[in-house]
Amino acid sequence: MGIDGISLPFVLLSTFLTPLAVLASWKAIKVRVREYMIAFLVLETMMVGMFVSLDMLMFYLFFEAVLIPMFIIIGVWGGARRVYAAFKFFLYTLLGSVLMLVCMLAMYIDAGTTDIPALTAHAFSASMQIWLFLGFLASFAVKVPMWPVHTWLPDAHVEAPTAGSMILAGVLLKMGGYGFIRFSLPMFPEASEFFAPLIFALSIIAVIYTSLVALAQSDMKKLIAYSSVAHMGFVTIGIFTMTEQGVAGAMFQMISHGLVSAALFFCVGVVYDRLHTREISAYGGVAAVMPRFAVFFMFMMLASVGLPGTSGFVGEMLVLVGAWKASTWVAAFTATGLVLGATYMLWLYRRVMFGVVVHDNVQAMRRMEGREFFVFLPITVLVLWFGVYPASLLDLMAGSIQFVLETMGQTDVALVAQN
Amino acid sequence: MAFDVTDILPALPEIFLSAVALILVLVAAFGGEGHVNARRVTRLTLGGIAVAMIMLVQSGVDNVSAFGGMFVADSFALYMKLLVLGGTFAALMLSLRPVGSDDVNKPEYSLLVLLAVVGMMLMISADDLLSLYMGIELQSLPLYVVAAMRTNSLRSSEAGLKYFLLGALSSGILLYGASLVYGVCGTTDFAGIAAAVSDGTLPVVFVVGMVFMVSGLAFKISAAPFHMWTPDVYEGSPTTVTALFAIAPKVAAMALMMRLTYGAFGAIADQWSQVLMALSIASMMVGALGAIMQTDIKRMMAYSSIAHMGYALAGLAAGTEAGAMGVIIYMTGYVFMGAGTFAIILLMRRDGQPATKITDLSGLSSTHPMLAIGLLVMMFSMAGIPPLAGFFGKWYVFLAAVEAGLIPLAVIGVVMSVVGAFYYLRIIQLMYFEDADAPLDADVPISNKLVLGVSMTVVLLLFAGLGSLLGSAETASIALMVAR
Repeated sequence: MGIDGISLPFVLLSTFLTPLAVLASWKAIKVRVREYMIAFLVLETMMVGMFVSLDMLMFYLFFEAVLIPMFIIIGVWGGARRVYAAFKFFLYTLLGSVLMLVCMLAMYIDAGTTDIPALTAHAFSASMQIWLFLGFLASFAVKVPMWPVHTWLPDAHVEAPTAGSMILAGVLLKMGGYGFIRFSLPMFPEASEFFAPLIFALSIIAVIYTSLVALAQSDMKKLIAYSSVAHMGFVTIGIFTMTEQGVAGAMFQMISHGLVSAALFFCVGVVYDRLHTREISAYGGVAAVMPRFAVFFMFMMLASVGLPGTSGFVGEMLVLVGAWKASTWVAAFTATGLVLGATYMLWLYRRVMFGVVVHDNVQAMRRMEGREFFVFLPITVLVLWFGVYPASLLDLMAGSIQFVLETMGQTDVALVAQN
Repeated sequence: MAFDVTDILPALPEIFLSAVALILVLVAAFGGEGHVNARRVTRLTLGGIAVAMIMLVQSGVDNVSAFGGMFVADSFALYMKLLVLGGTFAALMLSLRPVGSDDVNKPEYSLLVLLAVVGMMLMISADDLLSLYMGIELQSLPLYVVAAMRTNSLRSSEAGLKYFLLGALSSGILLYGASLVYGVCGTTDFAGIAAAVSDGTLPVVFVVGMVFMVSGLAFKISAAPFHMWTPDVYEGSPTTVTALFAIAPKVAAMALMMRLTYGAFGAIADQWSQVLMALSIASMMVGALGAIMQTDIKRMMAYSSIAHMGYALAGLAAGTEAGAMGVIIYMTGYVFMGAGTFAIILLMRRDGQPATKITDLSGLSSTHPMLAIGLLVMMFSMAGIPPLAGFFGKWYVFLAAVEAGLIPLAVIGVVMSVVGAFYYLRIIQLMYFEDADAPLDADVPISNKLVLGVSMTVVLLLFAGLGSLLGSAETASIALMVAR
């Protein structure tokens, strides 16, 4: 067990979001409340355990064990198609993970240890790196999720209860990105360079394709789920630029997305608790009925789009700088994603919040209550704080990121010397 | 081969249990009919097994060969015997309560089980083709009878007959293989065979004999493609008998398989390794794919056990000490998972009648929350989700397989474990996501609670005691390798 600049933000993110998620579902969950809370606490334990593991086997234990509470959260408290979504989520993730497990076995046999720092220092042969990278990619790509293995995500998000979606988007998706930075980059530097174009291609497809898909959604939760895939595409691009800005941007984007997407899912949860539908067309003119809610939703929506002054901007900016260094084309395509992102989010906001109230039940919606206010408030403060003063987070991560990138360089040198 | 008094000591637990069995014949015959006497015999059997376990632990016999090299008592035998005795103890605990229409509570039931246990212990300690065959037959014959114990049920009789016919066939194959091996090596002693194997080239006849022997044993552990009997026998037998079948004989047969391959054929690991690999892949696939379509939980457990044997064989196929260790750890987890799962399956009754459809578990989490949590743990463990016992078993067998360069085997194995996860999850889905149509009977006897509690503790906390388990497993596997 141990903690560094890469894991610390995620540990804080997990511990920050879990109480908020519990608070968010305070009234929505009416059956088996006891088991619900147990599941969330187990989930939090597993998430924190995974981020602080300094042993590969321990990492895997927690990485997999997260599936158990999440499977139950989706399956028991989820929506109409919850069984399908829970199975899809579980089996997709498990298939990726077991391939990673085989790679971990091979690494253990090659290096004789499961200690992560020792493995980082160990130089795997180039041909072995390729296979190991692919195995880890199978697991992390599903978790992130990257195109084309993202299809479990919209289902899981739509069917999960609000708090489940918040944790799923806020923390679980970050496990993949964390894994890339913790394992793939420092342990398989040559393979990372070899596969970087592939990752870029997949990520660009993810950013543009899922943004277009998001535009076509009529279900709010699905739209935000697809936007998550697009945003995580930025993350993978940032990581595989293998520049300081890119990786820092990816980290920043993950934290920011963790906060913002959790808040956006909560926004959907707030209106869903009142009308029990997620169809965009069922709403319209909500801003007139729930003004305070409209402010928060607007703020989160703009943070998601990347408005300067919010944390979303810093992450995207840094990723773009990193991508520019790596390849102009990658940067150009990534920037296109930003425009599309603004389009679907603004359009969503217009359709749900503005316009005249046409549905009577929208007119009858209750105003935001104090509990909901106190879920939004801390997230808003943090998003604003990181947007205005990003150094508070960047300084924390800088040392560790430099270390990862230096390790990559060193291993390269070591390999060259060997050859 | 003169009789030596010192030969008795290593085999003391077996001799003790045989004596108990003989006394119980009298108790069964003269103690009267019905449940009272049946329970008395079962309690006495449980006591006998408990004493035998203490004798084993306290014996301090290490690496002793007895009866002219027929019988070996080493730490491998000790470990595996404890597993077999523990598994049988659990299965008998579960049959303590009179189980109505199951009709297994005839006094003969526990008695026959006890005789089979002696056979299993002989199998584990076998160091000669003759004692190997004797052990197998002593184990099999009582089990054929208990499979057909429910005399008023056609299914049970069918199960018993099927088990007997196919079992006899496999014994024949095994015996034929043994005769070929004997013909080539000129000895029935494992050490002698190992010596003959390690010098020089072997005729094709020998390889044929070896494959026949492995096939015969594959039948006993129900590895595909010798698995056909398993679903029918599991389904047809009374559930208490199924619980027994699922646990103890598998451990004994696997131990014998290990003795034979590592001991007698140790020098030609590359030859049997391929056979075991094929068996392993076939079992994992048949087990995982076959279970998906099942509607009866006993049939599903049959396919599940086929798959589990496939995983264990993956470790054995590695042919290394790490492989042996992996199999030992896998079987340890398997015994506890099996005991815990059957503790719940035996409680699946509605209005006093057994309800063995998988859908009968619907809504178990609201009617019997503790049982549901127990089965949840067992199912996740069988699916190989960390940090439960089943995961560590898989970790160590696949570690051995990858180490031995059998990477395709490991990849097929893990992919099949994902397929297998589907049907374990289905049970969890029914218990937690669905509502109950009609609740199962409410009373949970203390014996089932006890078995479930112990199994759950082990499955959940195995990782905490992993260090000492690894130590014992390593000692056992070293003992097995020394025999080479």
